[in-house]
Amino acid sequence: MFGIEALDLARFQFAFTVSFHIIFPAFSIGLASYLAVLNGLHLISGKDIYLKVFLFWKKIFAVAFGMGVVSGIVMSYQFGTNWSVFSDKTGPVLGPLMAYEVLSAFFLEAGFLGVMLFGRERVGPGLHFFATLMVAIGTLMSATWILSVNSWMQTPAGYAINDVGQFVPEDWWAIVFNPSFPYRLTHMVLAAYLTTALVVGGVGAWHLLRDSTSKSARLMFSMAMWMVLITAPLQIVAGDFHGINTLEHQPAKVMAMEGHYDSHPDGAPLILFGIPNPEEKRIDYAIQIPKLSSLILKHDLNAPLDGLDTIPDELEPPVAIVFWSFRVMVGLGMAMLGLALFGVWQRYRGRLYVSPWLHRAAIAMGPMGFVAVLAGWITTEVGRQPYTVYGLLTTAQSASPLEASAVGASLLSFIVVYFAVFGAGTFYLIRLMGRPADTAKGKLNEGPIRTAGLTQAAGMAKTINPAE
Amino acid sequence: MMEFDLAFIWAGLIAFAVLAYVVLDGFDLGVGILFPFLKETREKDLAMNSVAPVWDGNETWLVLGGGGLFAVFPLAYAVVMPALYAPIIAMLIGLIFRGVAFEYRWRTQRWQHWWDKAFFAGSTLAAFAQGVALGALVQGIEVDGRAYAGGNWDWLTPFSMLVGVAVVMGYGLLGATWLLMKTTGSVNDHARRLARPLAVATLALIGAVSVITPFLDPIYLSRWFSGWTIAFTVLVPALILALAVLMFSGLRSGHDTWPFLSALGIFVLSFIGIGVSFYPHIVPPSLTIWDAAAPDKSLLFVLVGAAVLIPMILAYTAYSYWVFRGKVDPNEGYH
Ligand code: HDD
Ligand code: HEM
Ligand code: HEM
Repeated sequence: MFGIEALDLARFQFAFTVSFHIIFPAFSIGLASYLAVLNGLHLISGKDIYLKVFLFWKKIFAVAFGMGVVSGIVMSYQFGTNWSVFSDKTGPVLGPLMAYEVLSAFFLEAGFLGVMLFGRERVGPGLHFFATLMVAIGTLMSATWILSVNSWMQTPAGYAINDVGQFVPEDWWAIVFNPSFPYRLTHMVLAAYLTTALVVGGVGAWHLLRDSTSKSARLMFSMAMWMVLITAPLQIVAGDFHGINTLEHQPAKVMAMEGHYDSHPDGAPLILFGIPNPEEKRIDYAIQIPKLSSLILKHDLNAPLDGLDTIPDELEPPVAIVFWSFRVMVGLGMAMLGLALFGVWQRYRGRLYVSPWLHRAAIAMGPMGFVAVLAGWITTEVGRQPYTVYGLLTTAQSASPLEASAVGASLLSFIVVYFAVFGAGTFYLIRLMGRPADTAKGKLNEGPIRTAGLTQAAGMAKTINPAE
Repeated sequence: MMEFDLAFIWAGLIAFAVLAYVVLDGFDLGVGILFPFLKETREKDLAMNSVAPVWDGNETWLVLGGGGLFAVFPLAYAVVMPALYAPIIAMLIGLIFRGVAFEYRWRTQRWQHWWDKAFFAGSTLAAFAQGVALGALVQGIEVDGRAYAGGNWDWLTPFSMLVGVAVVMGYGLLGATWLLMKTTGSVNDHARRLARPLAVATLALIGAVSVITPFLDPIYLSRWFSGWTIAFTVLVPALILALAVLMFSGLRSGHDTWPFLSALGIFVLSFIGIGVSFYPHIVPPSLTIWDAAAPDKSLLFVLVGAAVLIPMILAYTAYSYWVFRGKVDPNEGYH
């Protein structure tokens, strides 16, 4: 009886900590690349404005990155503390991938972060650009490895099972490039870029509403709107391919996403909205378009699609969560596309920097990338239940032999600490974003957060929080 | 008697990662442990600046230690983490507080002193929890089949508490001698004054732990007092003593680098001592490194990468220390 409770607590703890964690990588992957681009543009053109915007976002990056690191370390230890059986069994296959992540990505980021944040004057602009680039590459490598890990759990390949029940490697190529990995990597990296573009655009818009002549705000906003225009449609296409791939490997997940309780032998409808009713196994008040689901997933109006009635009840994922989170993600994806189109239209009319409605829309969409990322991960992760390694190892079999009291106590501490620490961090981030973008002067040591030096310590008080 | 195979090589590499972690993060955790003894806010600012560019890289060795264990000794990872549940969670929470303090304390005035306290408390908690975990591991972990078989509180013993205090003092010593090396003026004086009692406490605690360890388990006793390791038994304490002399004379004569180097040396030697007690076990008393190792295919796959990447990591880590070499300039901005 206690076993079950400890399991639920461990699941909640995992979902809670990873949901916090993913917020920061989603932002720092995109922002690191953006900083590298700004730094490079400054190096090539010599224009001050790029450096100014670089300095503005650099401090924001430093805070977000710090939060990403500390929440990530929790993740990497949590596999052992709460999911020890999982660790023992999958270690020979997944451990090496995570070790590669540490060796090729985390060290690279951390090694060059110091130079990127503090070393410009010591190493000169060329090497400083190089350091920024290495940090950006590090974040992308990190995403690559960890998504390979996650994808292997979704679509295991290239393994054998040894006599003590461990998964052991047979073919590393097949393990790393498992069937869902290319789709998941593309979708997640695009998600990170899109999320960052929305934040940058939202902040630019916020400043433009105050002062539409601000050069830094114009640069941010313009770059961000181009980025959204490129990535939003790509993301929708990538998502479509991802779904088709999932249909092939994890059909039950797609049935839950689509809300298909019943099989449709001649063309399944696309349910736009409705309320899943798990007791009766149907979608109440469904608004649906006949045969569209078959068209999207099978590219044929009349193609048959199986429903959850073909899946044993105990192997069915929680339909309502998956159904809703999927709709939130897709709905936000469409809204992002809408914002992008609104943006080009205003740009075409020459009103990009003076359209308050566009700016309000951009501010409203600013945080929506995060919501979509979380909704996407919830779809993916809840949709694969009841398995951790799809079809092979159930979540219930993965947990550590711990007492509920231990897991509960740690869960409680994480909740308290995360809300306090990351709440404060979010507050500082927003305050940093609100500081006037143009007062960050061209030279590094005149940044608004000039702090620390013995002689400056007293003066710092006045400059640190212009927003206060 | 030594088996030179993949598992053995990996045990060496993991030990190296843990050692690198202990000495590197040791000094920046140590700076946190000493934080309340430094003056507002100039001394604190300077002390923080001396580690700000490198702490993240230092902490990554911990991720390699944990992630590496998962990769090459998954059974050890699966047994040790639940066994040391509370200390590990405490360490993680400590690391969260101190990690964010690096940035947060510059982002607010009213709350700065709170984040300074968080930096101190987080650093101390993390150091103490690491010591407790080490102590509990030395005492041995109960294993049944492929899982931890003990209770929630097995890790809590007087011995593990003692090791916890020893690690806090030791990191404090590393931090003080680091500050001595990296700063000038009042922080430097202050660090020198702090280093002396910390060195005395560290040496005394290392002595106490070393004397108790061989009696925890007859196996440890036999490892230390029979066969070829007897050379170590004589050598290690002698070398530690020599380094202690070097440290105290460095402290007295006003030399700024010797004390840090001798503190590092003392940590390395103590670490070798622990290694002698453990080998060939990875989780005493039940699992040897060969019991816990992943199949050769996994070990080889990561080894190929490690052989290429670890030298590169060492090179650019050295580069980044080189960029920030010398005494911290009190007039240089944080960002
Ligand atoms: C490296 C692997 C990995 C990665 C990158 C993720 N997950 Fe995951 N997730 C797991 C590995 C995993 C797992 C270890 O396999 C869990 C633990 C318990 C479980 O059911 O599967 C899991 C469960 C799990 C659950 C609980 C599902 C349930 O119990 O019904 C949620 C909500 C999430 N995850 C959410 C996320 C989010 C928001 C992620 C974004 C970063 C994420 N996961 C990435
Ligand atoms: C459950 C799975 C995960 C684990 C165990 C994990 C582990 C970690 C760890 C230990 C760190 C800190 C590294 C350091 O010291 O620098 C980290 C940071 C990071 N992680 Fe994760 N992570 C997970 C999920 C993800 C996902 C899904 C992504 C992206 C797709 C991701 C991308 C990153 C990035 C870019 C960083 C750099 C620091 C930052 O957040 O800004 N991680 N992760
Ligand atoms: C609008 C069209 C979109 C479609 C059709 C779509 C489709 C999908 C599908 C089918 C999955 C689940 C794949 C699986 O688990 O096997 C998924 C996951 C995910 N989605 Fe989307 N998506 C869309 C938009 C977005 C947007 C706008 C974002 C974020 C900015 C996003 C972020 C994610 C993330 C982070 C995941 C989890 C990781 C992954 O499996 O790749 N998606 N998406």
